[in-house]
Amino acid sequence: MPSPEDIKRRIEAAIPGAHAEVEDYTGGGDHFRATVTAAAFEGRSRVEQHRLVYEVFGAEIGGAIHALSLRTQTPVKIQSH
Amino acid sequence: MSTSQSNPIRDAIAEAIEEHRVILFMKGTPEAPACGFSARTVAALQALDTPFAAVDVLPDPRIRQELSAISNWPTVPQLFANGELIGGCDIVTEMYESGELAQALQ
Repeated sequence: MPSPEDIKRRIEAAIPGAHAEVEDYTGGGDHFRATVTAAAFEGRSRVEQHRLVYEVFGAEIGGAIHALSLRTQTPVKIQSH
Repeated sequence: MSTSQSNPIRDAIAEAIEEHRVILFMKGTPEAPACGFSARTVAALQALDTPFAAVDVLPDPRIRQELSAISNWPTVPQLFANGELIGGCDIVTEMYESGELAQALQ
């Protein structure tokens, strides 16, 4: 059974520069919620961003990982005026 | 995997996506969702008063397989508008909260 740390490590290893925060929100080891921040998401639609993360796990989504709830974002850019 | 063979389930799904402006593939029905993610997605659509078609994927596991093959999206629910995948529960909820969903469904 994957742990939140496993999920985090795999996302961060697969998507260059990604930072992931993962929680097991039922405590059962199969429902996870992840917030992923990555510059690689820039210029991509939400659907494409989520696909990038889902692709890390392939057929495990819906299998060993029953649910992986996602929030994806690009790193905040602070502009000075 | 052969793609030349006829695949009536895949064809029926593709046709349904094309024919309905807003269509939700879900577990259960809008009246009786069988999963919390499907329930939340239905609630967002109902909150916007959006008419939508709904397909229950549970009666036959092939529906879900073929749907994911078409959409390149591994989970259910899946919301389509104007033939395009809008997203699953997370994206739909996020877009509802930000006000983008109403626009995407027009």
